[in-house]
Amino acid sequence: MSLTPDDVRHVAQLARLALTDDQLDVMSEQLGAILAYAEQVAEVATADVPATGHPLRLANVWRDDEPRPSLSPHEALAPAPAAENGRFRVPRIIGEQPGARPREEPAHG
Amino acid sequence: MAEDSALATSSAADLLDLLDRGETSAVEVTRAHLERITKTDETLKAFLTVLEDDALAHAAGIDQRRSAGEPVGPLAGVPLALKDLLCTRGIPTTCGSRILADYRPPYDAGVVERLREADAVVLGKTNMDEFAMGSSTENSAFAATRNPWDLQRVPGGSSGGSAAAVAGFQATVAVGTDTGGSIRQPAALCGLVGMKPTYGLASRYGLIAFGSSLDQAGPITRTVEDAARLFQAMCGHDPRDSTSLTDPVPDVMTGLNRGMEGLRVGVVTEMMGEGMEPGVRARVGEAIDRLEPLGAEVVEVSLPHVSYGLPAYYLIAPSEASSNLSRYDGVRYGLRLDGGDTEQMMAATRAEGFGPEVQRRIMIGTYALSAGYYDAYYAQAQRVRTLILRDFEEAFGRCDVLIGPTSPSVAFGLGEKTDDPLAMYLNDVYSVPASLAGLPALSLPAGLGEHDLPVGVQLIAGVLGEAVLFRAARALEAELAFDATPRGAHALDAP
Amino acid sequence: MSVESVNSVEQATRYETVIGLEVHVELSTATKMFCGCATDFGGEPNSRTCPVCLGQPGSLPVPNRAAIEYAIRLGLALGCEIAPASQFHRKNYFYPDMPKNYQISQYDVPICLGGHLDITVEGETRRIGITRVHMEEDTGKSLHVGESGRIHGADYSLVDYNRAGIPLLEVVSEPDLRSAEEARAYLSELRAVVLALGISDAKLEEGSMRCDANVSLRPVGHTVFGTRAEIKNMNSLRSLGRAITYEVERQTDLLQAGEAIRQETRHWDEDGGVTHTLRVKEGEEDYRYFPDPDLLPIEPAEEWITSIRSTLPELPASIRERLVEQRGLTPDQAVTLVETGLHARLDEAAEAGAAADQAAKWLVNEVAGWANEHGVEPTAAPLSGSHLAELTALVGDGTLSTKLARQVLEAVLNGEGAPRAVVAERGLEQVSDTGALDALVDQAIAEQPDAAEQVRAGNEKAIGALVGAVMRASRGQANPQLVNELLRERLVSG
Ligand SMILES: [Mg+2]
Ligand SMILES: [Zn+2]
Repeated sequence: MSLTPDDVRHVAQLARLALTDDQLDVMSEQLGAILAYAEQVAEVATADVPATGHPLRLANVWRDDEPRPSLSPHEALAPAPAAENGRFRVPRIIGEQPGARPREEPAHG
Repeated sequence: MAEDSALATSSAADLLDLLDRGETSAVEVTRAHLERITKTDETLKAFLTVLEDDALAHAAGIDQRRSAGEPVGPLAGVPLALKDLLCTRGIPTTCGSRILADYRPPYDAGVVERLREADAVVLGKTNMDEFAMGSSTENSAFAATRNPWDLQRVPGGSSGGSAAAVAGFQATVAVGTDTGGSIRQPAALCGLVGMKPTYGLASRYGLIAFGSSLDQAGPITRTVEDAARLFQAMCGHDPRDSTSLTDPVPDVMTGLNRGMEGLRVGVVTEMMGEGMEPGVRARVGEAIDRLEPLGAEVVEVSLPHVSYGLPAYYLIAPSEASSNLSRYDGVRYGLRLDGGDTEQMMAATRAEGFGPEVQRRIMIGTYALSAGYYDAYYAQAQRVRTLILRDFEEAFGRCDVLIGPTSPSVAFGLGEKTDDPLAMYLNDVYSVPASLAGLPALSLPAGLGEHDLPVGVQLIAGVLGEAVLFRAARALEAELAFDATPRGAHALDAP
Repeated sequence: MSVESVNSVEQATRYETVIGLEVHVELSTATKMFCGCATDFGGEPNSRTCPVCLGQPGSLPVPNRAAIEYAIRLGLALGCEIAPASQFHRKNYFYPDMPKNYQISQYDVPICLGGHLDITVEGETRRIGITRVHMEEDTGKSLHVGESGRIHGADYSLVDYNRAGIPLLEVVSEPDLRSAEEARAYLSELRAVVLALGISDAKLEEGSMRCDANVSLRPVGHTVFGTRAEIKNMNSLRSLGRAITYEVERQTDLLQAGEAIRQETRHWDEDGGVTHTLRVKEGEEDYRYFPDPDLLPIEPAEEWITSIRSTLPELPASIRERLVEQRGLTPDQAVTLVETGLHARLDEAAEAGAAADQAAKWLVNEVAGWANEHGVEPTAAPLSGSHLAELTALVGDGTLSTKLARQVLEAVLNGEGAPRAVVAERGLEQVSDTGALDALVDQAIAEQPDAAEQVRAGNEKAIGALVGAVMRASRGQANPQLVNELLRERLVSG
């Protein structure tokens, strides 16, 4: 399987990595080699073999619905690169949240 | 009063004896190690953070309690180094990455809590391959750690800082983490004991994730007994980790010295084939030859799919990593680069904050999970994982322990493999299978190979088979009588 | 009708509307889905956060058992199969309100599969298929700073993660709905079920219940679905109805003009009454779903499911049926009582001896209106079933006129105590003592001789003016029935 520069560009976009064209070139070569090696997995394990996602064969781990102390807003925001009014500040957002619908709320102040 | 040099080279077991008998104090022991760090770490570059004040304060508290007849923990006064991907409250935890260069977690990792309760004295945080991705510690954003046996060579990785600190007598014991061999391989390359517990025995809470279904923390020490003590203290159920086992932690201390008698040891055919250095083959072969005289029954076993472990691993671990590392986006913590909008900010931050190997693995993982490729790559690798699990299950129906090499080569030169990712990945070929199956595995020194550098021999046990694993390792250790002091023309000076 | 217009009707294709709804229900558990942070609101921004729900390095999720139980509860109520083994998956995409840049959700093995919900529109009941119910976590909230106050044109945004990690159930319907009315009925019924189960406060206006609609058209008789648009941002039943009606018109116009429908996400603009394009979908999003290795499968024991089933409350459909068939209420009364949650009061009142139809009238006509006026939940009205029974008894035995009873009810709702106490306190008993009324009746006849004469002459309607006069004179406290009788005694049978 060879990877086109376009494939690699698309993957870099999905992974939010701003790679230069040179980096993309090196990356396509290296990814190609690694994937060619990894493709050996196709030589064994037919589709009827179940997948193992986890070495533990356990289930039903949960906790009781009992509140635990949260961090203070100060602690939560302490490592933030930018914060304002008790919130994490980010540059403008292009595009809507594609998953659970956010509710738009007007900014006050 | 014991000499500083003796304190630095003592095992944890010996230090605990000295401390118990009042022949030294925790402060004295701590100071001896801090001095050793001061003297050697400019060369070795094992530590990213040294916690001089905290360590001395903790040691003083231990001495006080001990002299007041109050209880102290089972590792009271033992100098400990922590790999820098274990969260430590208020203390820098960088994961070897620029993206977390200034990050101070608001909490202690589960295993750190347990080790603090055991009164091990945390000396500092050790260097590592960025996000534990690598086999040489050269992928650290901050420094390349040196191998105390040869300062021009790598200590292995990703827990290379922890291994170098213990081999260089800067710390008595250390904690590393192992995803595909990151404890066992540096231990092998530095002439140490390195052990990865059964998946689920050591809490992953506060262990910064690389491959979540594979990651386990474990001890790196100079003796099997120290590894057993550290294992015993750091493992145990943690309700904050859904994948933490509730089974009791195997008691590895009681039967530690019972010897090899009656154990069935399987030599893994597929691990003794091509691909390893002659010196490695020779030392591992000799170790195997010692087993029968020690009273073990030696059998050949086959793990037919084990050679597919590495390709499967290099799909599974990067896939999980690509998702685990998404959170480093410049929003809530860590590095941020400017960008006109949030998407650009994130992409710029990640391109700048992650090194090339991390970016490569994020790319592989993202690709392996993406639409149209998931089944051929990720899902297929998970099927191969099933075959490997079945191979091991069958083998452990016949054997108590499996034996083979830890790493195909002794420590390689700095810069030797950095341009060839795939060559670097091959370091993990013998360590990855136990990781995929979640099995406990241990590397111990088998002697010296090429360039008179240490060779590791790997023991693997079944799920929760730690008691037999440590017991076999202890018996082999006694027989091989390896001297863990780095020596040779390019070695770090001993204390 | 001209020949020409008949032809054009025949030429225009008639379309069938196909709607499927995706509803997110925010669960009213005490803590978040995967951490112990409290879910209560009103705190400062980022005061309900911890390393887990901030996605800090090294943190790990542990599922909330109550959220799983709530999911099973809803699944059972909707007749779903509870999966013997379900799994959490990671849905990977970058968005700043999502702390880990993946959402823990469920993918190919959700906890509940294949149920249904019956809806009634204009007396006709239809069964709407439920594809699945799955568990997931909510996102944080962004505040957009800039002149517009909205995401578009904002200078920058501020993120609060208090909501991040609150448990959600996503309920996905089959594309079985055929009109805006049906969609409304479905959402309303689902909300009633959720409320009955007590798993969410399900407020559409406040976002604890959110609804996206997939709307498409196809020529009548066709079985293949048309291209759909996904409509978002409908914050009430009314806006759901309006948005779908608008969207159906929009798509019909496009199709009839020979244009294609684009697969896209559209935003409902409540003020403008239109939908507009949010995002054009180019194929499916690549979310790179894979099983979350931090979480283990959920395999609910049969006994657990059985015990949850045995504690399910009576569901809205069955309550309505019972109210109509056993209590003799009208279907409309039953609908309102269940919608308002006042059906429990009706049962209490009936048990306390009230006539169900009378009690229903008070609840439907008065109590629901009062709650609406005062902006409180109808179920929060301070009127017990026994109060209601007392009130209907007071009317029944003639102590109170309907008008007076209304005053008494108002007083009870304002917290002045039980009806009898209010009546005593205000001296509101109807005067049913003939002695006291005789004088007033005689006075009325004397004051209005014309009216009295008309009644004597056989014009019965004229008696009204006389009754009114007596009532006025008694300041409303006379028993009108009795006044009527006394007037007749004097004027008709004399
Ligand atoms: Mg959803
Ligand atoms: Zn939290």
